[in-house]
This record gives sequence, C-alpha cells and structure tokens, in this order.
Amino acid sequence: MDFGLYLWTTLGAFLTLAIFSFLYKDNPFYKIAEHLVVGVSAGYFAVILWHNGLSPNLFQRLNDGNWYFLWMDSTAPWYLIPAILGIMMYTRFSKKWAWVSRWPMALYIGIATGVAIPLEMGARVNRQLFAIMERSIDWANFFGVGGFNLLDTASGLSQLIVFVGAMAALIYFFFSKEHTGLFGATAKFGIWILMIGFGASFGYTVMARISLFINRIQYIDNNWLQNGLNTGITPIEGYHAGYAVIFWLVVLIVVGYIIREIMTYLKTKEKSA
Amino acid sequence: MKRQLPLALVFVFGLFMVFQYFVPHESSEWVYEFLLDWILIIGIFAVALGIWSLFRVAVDKIKTHKPNWGYSYLTLLGLFSMVVFGFTALNGESWGWYFPFAISALMAIMMIAQTMATTSQKGLYAGLTGLFALIAVVIAIFDPAWSFHFSTAEGVENPMFRAFFDHILIPCLSTMFALLAFFIASAAYRAFRARNLLASLLLIAALIVMLRFNPWLAAVYGDFGARLSNWLMNVPNMAAQRAIVIGVGLGIVATALKVILGIERGYMGKG
Amino acid sequence: MDLFEKLMKLDRRWIFLFLIVVCVLSYAIDFYVPILVEPESQKIYDYVENLEEGSIVLIAIDYDPNNMAELHPMTYAMVEHCWRKKVKVIFTSLSQNGPGMADQAIRDISDSLALDRTYNGVEFKGREIVNGVDYCFLGYKPYYALVILAMGQDFRLPFPSDYYGNPLDSLPMMVGTHNYGDVDLVVDVSGGNITDAWISYGQSRFNFTLALGLTGVMTAQYYPYLGSGQVHGIMGGLLGAAQYEQMCDNAGLAIDGMRIQLAAHVVIIFFIVMGNIGLLLERRRLKREGGI
Repeated sequence: MDFGLYLWTTLGAFLTLAIFSFLYKDNPFYKIAEHLVVGVSAGYFAVILWHNGLSPNLFQRLNDGNWYFLWMDSTAPWYLIPAILGIMMYTRFSKKWAWVSRWPMALYIGIATGVAIPLEMGARVNRQLFAIMERSIDWANFFGVGGFNLLDTASGLSQLIVFVGAMAALIYFFFSKEHTGLFGATAKFGIWILMIGFGASFGYTVMARISLFINRIQYIDNNWLQNGLNTGITPIEGYHAGYAVIFWLVVLIVVGYIIREIMTYLKTKEKSA
Repeated sequence: MKRQLPLALVFVFGLFMVFQYFVPHESSEWVYEFLLDWILIIGIFAVALGIWSLFRVAVDKIKTHKPNWGYSYLTLLGLFSMVVFGFTALNGESWGWYFPFAISALMAIMMIAQTMATTSQKGLYAGLTGLFALIAVVIAIFDPAWSFHFSTAEGVENPMFRAFFDHILIPCLSTMFALLAFFIASAAYRAFRARNLLASLLLIAALIVMLRFNPWLAAVYGDFGARLSNWLMNVPNMAAQRAIVIGVGLGIVATALKVILGIERGYMGKG
Repeated sequence: MDLFEKLMKLDRRWIFLFLIVVCVLSYAIDFYVPILVEPESQKIYDYVENLEEGSIVLIAIDYDPNNMAELHPMTYAMVEHCWRKKVKVIFTSLSQNGPGMADQAIRDISDSLALDRTYNGVEFKGREIVNGVDYCFLGYKPYYALVILAMGQDFRLPFPSDYYGNPLDSLPMMVGTHNYGDVDLVVDVSGGNITDAWISYGQSRFNFTLALGLTGVMTAQYYPYLGSGQVHGIMGGLLGAAQYEQMCDNAGLAIDGMRIQLAAHVVIIFFIVMGNIGLLLERRRLKREGGI
C-alpha cells in the first residue's frame, strides 16, 4: 500500500469525523474542517476557471503564438470586448463606479431572459398542457390494460386521475375566487393531490438524506480498501468490513470525549479568570 | 447613462433573443453564436468575483479580529494551496524540490495577506514576504523536476491538486451535507404529526414510498408495495407536480417579461 | 404517560446516536435486500443496452461532492456499462465542483475497465480506456443554461479545448462530432437546477433523447416530464442507482447501501409512529383535563 495515500485517506477520515463531531456540539475540529474546505473549494474553483474558462475561451483565442501589442492587432481582437465587459464587473467593489458593472450585468440578464421566454414557455407550459390534453382517456381499458388492475399506470382510470388531478391542482393555484360549491370541491381535490405529491417527495427525501450518511459510513470503512484499486468496490481477500468500523467508532468516541473535556476545561478556566 | 442604458440593453438583447428563436435566419444565427460565446467570457469574470470577495472577507476578518478570525488563515491557506498546485506540474516521476517550493511560495502569499491584514508590523511581514518569495523563485529557477503551466492545463492533473480534491474537499463537503440525515431523523421524531386530514394524506403517501423496498413486508404481500408506490409516483404525484411545473413555468415567463420591459429592476441594485 | 412525555422531550443527540448505532450495525451485518427494478430506470438501461458499438453518449456530471452519495454510483454503473459495450462517452460538468467529480469517476472506472469481468453471464475482456478515443471530458463553464444552448450549435463554441487542455479537434472521437445531433443519448446526472436547464434549454430546443439521474429530493418533481415524453427515463436517488447496478449485474456502493437504507427507514418510520402516538396521547390527556 502506498504510504502517502494511506496518510491522505486517513486525513479524509479524520475530517469526516471532525465534521460529524458537530452533531454533539460546535467545536474547534469542526471549525477547522469548515474553514479549510471553504478555502480549498474556492481555490479549486479559481484554478478550474482559469484552465477551463479564461485560458481556452479568451487567451488562447487572442494569443495564437505570435506577439501582439495588447492583442489589439491579433487575429481575433473582438474577444477584447467581452474581456473588457467582464473586467467592468469588478467596479462593484467601488461605491463611486459601481454603476459601470450594470452594463455587463444588463447584457447577461437581457440575453438570459430573452432566451428563457420561448423555451420555458415551450418546455414547461405548452408541453405539459399538451400532455394533459392530447391523450384521450382509454375507456376500453378503464380498470387496467388487459385485465382488472387498479395499479396499472396506463389504465383509463389512472389517466383520468392525472387529468382531473392536474386540473384541480391548477384551479387551486390560480383562482382566488372563493372556494365554494363545485369549484370549492375541485380546489379541495386539488390540494389533496398536491399533498400526496408532497408526501411522495418527502418519502424520497428521507431516502436521499439517509443515503448521504450511508455514503460516509462506506467511505470511512472502504477508506483503506480503496487504495488497492480506486474503485471502492473491489473485494480484497481476508478483509473484513467490521474491523475498520469498530476501530473508527472507538476513534469517534475518543475524539468526542477529548473535545468535551477540552470544552469543559476551557469553561472552568474562563470562570476562574 | 447610469440607469437608462442598462434598461435599454436588457430590452434590446432580450427582444433579439426572443426574435432569434422564432426567426432563425442565417445572420441572426451568426449574432446569436457570437453573443453566446461572449456572454460565457463575461460569465467567467463574473463568477470569479466570488473568489475575490472571499479573499477580502478573510483578510478583513483577520484585520479587525472578528470572532474566530484565526481560522481565516486556514481558509487562505486552502485557497492558495490549490492555486499553487493548479498552476504547477511535475515533469517526471521525481518530486525534486517541489514541496520546499510549494511551502515557501505559500508562505510568501500568506505573508502578503498578513501584510494587508496587519496594522502595526507591516515592514516585518513585507520583509518576510520578500524572503519567502526569493526562496521560491530560486527553487523555481534551478529545480528541473517540475515547472509552471499557465497556458496549458497540466496543473489539473497534478497529484497534489487531485489529492486535495479527493481527500479534503470531497469528505468535508459530503459530510457537511450528511448532517442532514440526522436532522431529518430528529424532525421525524418531533414534527411529522398527522394533525389533520391533509397532513395525514402527506404522511400516508410518504409511508407508502418509504415502505416499498422492505423485503419483510414484501414477504407478506409480494410486490404490491412496490407497484403501489410506483403507481403513486406516476399518477397522483405526476398530476400534482404537473400543476406545479405549469405554475412555475408561467411564473418564470412572467418575471422574464417584467425584466425585459423594465418593470422589475432588482438586478440593478441601489443608486 | 410520564415516561412517554419524557421520551418526547429527549435530547436530540440521543436520537442522533440511535441512528448512528442502527446504521453502523446494519452495515456490519451482511444481508441482502432484493431490489425491484422500476420501468423508469429499466427504460434507460434498455436504451443504452441497444446502442451500437461506437455510438456516443453525453453524460453531464452536474453534481458537487454534496450529492455524490446518490449520484456517484449512478455515474459509475452507467459509464462502466457504456464502456463495456464500447460506447463512447462525452463528459461535461456544469456545476462548480463537478469537474473534480468527473475526473475522479473517470480515473476509477478506467481502473475497473482494466480487469476482466463477467456481467449477466457475458464475459468482457479488460482494456485500456484512452482519452480521446473512449471518452472526452469537456470540463466546466459558468452559466449552464447558455452553455447548454451553445453546445447545441457546436461543442467547440463553449469548449474550444477539453478539461485537460487538448483542442477538441485533436481528439479522434470528436472529429465530426459537432453538436447534440451527433450524440445518441444525453444523460444528466444532477443534484440541482441544472436539470431544469437540460430540459428547457436542451431537450425542448434540440429534441435529443434525455435521461435523468436525480437525487431523491428532486425525483418526484420530474415525473411530469416523464409523462409528457420530454424525458426518456429517470433514476431516482440511491434506489435508482441500485436498480441500475442490479440491471448491469455490477453491484457497487448503491446495492451495498440498501440494507442500511432499509434499517434507517425502519428507524425513521418508528420515530414518526412514536411521534404520532405521542400526539394522540396528548390529545386524549387534554380532552380528559378539559372534561374534568
């Protein structure tokens, strides 16, 4: 096993535990990890922006290997215009010149909103309305295609529920008319359907959140295993998943205990001082 | 000039983009490609603003000794380590004097930040900056094991750059997010109560989705649970979400129209 | 009743500890959770399975490490499936930390492809994965909606060179590959709004086949697009990833995680039930006190 990699993976495991220690209490370990990652993330982004952004899209187009005076006589001098507009964004930091940054901002907003209008209208509104209307309800197979099956998503009944449900929910959303009579009943059905939708979303959300924690358990456990073949799923003979987990649980308890001790010590010191 | 020109720009370019969608003529296509190309370049400058302001905030925090200011050194250290690693790469297998260089370069940059942050001993830190910078430059000139790469992207394949991403960024960010697992558990304990009919509907739907891959229950009723939850996702959920999608879509279009017509001016800020 | 009230007022850290113990124990114990494949993810698998050798799939790695738990297994299973079938892959990454995720995935999956493996009874010889031949990683650009539009004109417009700095025309697989028209399938593996942009700005304008890999939080919101045919298939959360791994016969982190998922769900459901029993008891107590 590569010793350097061993150190790196151990650092990763330590940082993971340091952040989990927040569950007990805010503490210096958590703060260290938090502040470090903010910096590393920004530094990573800076490098990516250069190598994936400015360098290929701007400088390599201006700079084709020849020497130019401020690139004004290069083969593609018009790329200086977006560069100047981009630099104008930085006037935001000055109170006096902040208005200059509005020009590139306005250019971006104009383009982004102009593009959005037809496309969002098409993708979200028109296509969805078509989907509600174009499919006629399959009365022949009302209770399931080829036999009685209420859970058939293609049956006429399901199609009817989708149609009525979507209409009812839209009515609930868009009409502020007093919800009484048939109108009120429809709106009520609409909110029921919405609640079922939110419930389904919520069920998935629980799964999503738990997955995040599962991934961390797997990470801590597979940590040294990964060194063999970076896939994280390669079984190595004689390796037992339990050992590392137990080891790290012990580490967790120890770390938690130490943090607690330090915090109480600091508190008593503060009081006596 | 200060307010009218931006409004005019938004109106003209917004209208042009809408027009271009409906009338894709060769010449309008040409302008369209140019605009897309340019706006990406402006965008790169714009998102880089965030990094610059992070730097300023960290330095300010050190300068004014705000609470927890000491940790800001770590932020700066992380930021500049990535920058140093991202613009250098090994020429072969050997590391040579790479680490002494990286450390002295980082120290030099940190000392610049410290000079900006300090109020009393500016001269001392400026001197230290010079010293570390000198060491870094000397190593950079005489060490053949590695070199700088600004115009080509070798830096992103630097093992140190990748190690910082894989073993610092990934564990920290994903663990911070993983804390949510615990908060949803605690919320499940306290907040998810069937107080009325609507809340009960929500909870029942959630339970159906959550129970579907339970093999112990599946032993009792077969794949009914899975099919029920699939039906729930594809029929009532689809109806509800469809209404939401249409609602959101109309909202986006309405806001975009307001922006183009200059009714909504929030993006301009004050002044 | 007193005990129950005490339980309701329990410090939340005990709840955290309980969840940790259950999850770690269920991880240490080996048992198998059967995974039922749903039609939404089956559709994606079938589409990839029926692609011919040499076809091109665009996989957008639009997630940060935050969401890697659910989305990384999808990427791993899907890219391995493509490469075993000798389908070429174009990677893009439109979220801030996405390029690093894609970079890591490419390295790991290339390692795995070097081995001889058998999936679903078919033996695949190990082979070396070569940049420019088997894949091309375009990298990152800001303003994802406009990048998606620009890629519809030509990949070279937003990405003159790839993530590693090679000009696109120097990569053999990109010669003659210009825009979505030359791509057989677009897969967006995403943990945020970028999916909306792929649907609104990509699919609805350029009409390509789009499949989605989503985090659990987002999954339910994208079913309408499935119904209207704008989206070909959806993989939702860790369960979706596990289904894909199951179909590929390539068990990875997602299938491995399902047994913890099961135990944790039982805990959460138990918590919800406890909370609701508490509510009932409280109501009964209030009624009784009011009655007296």
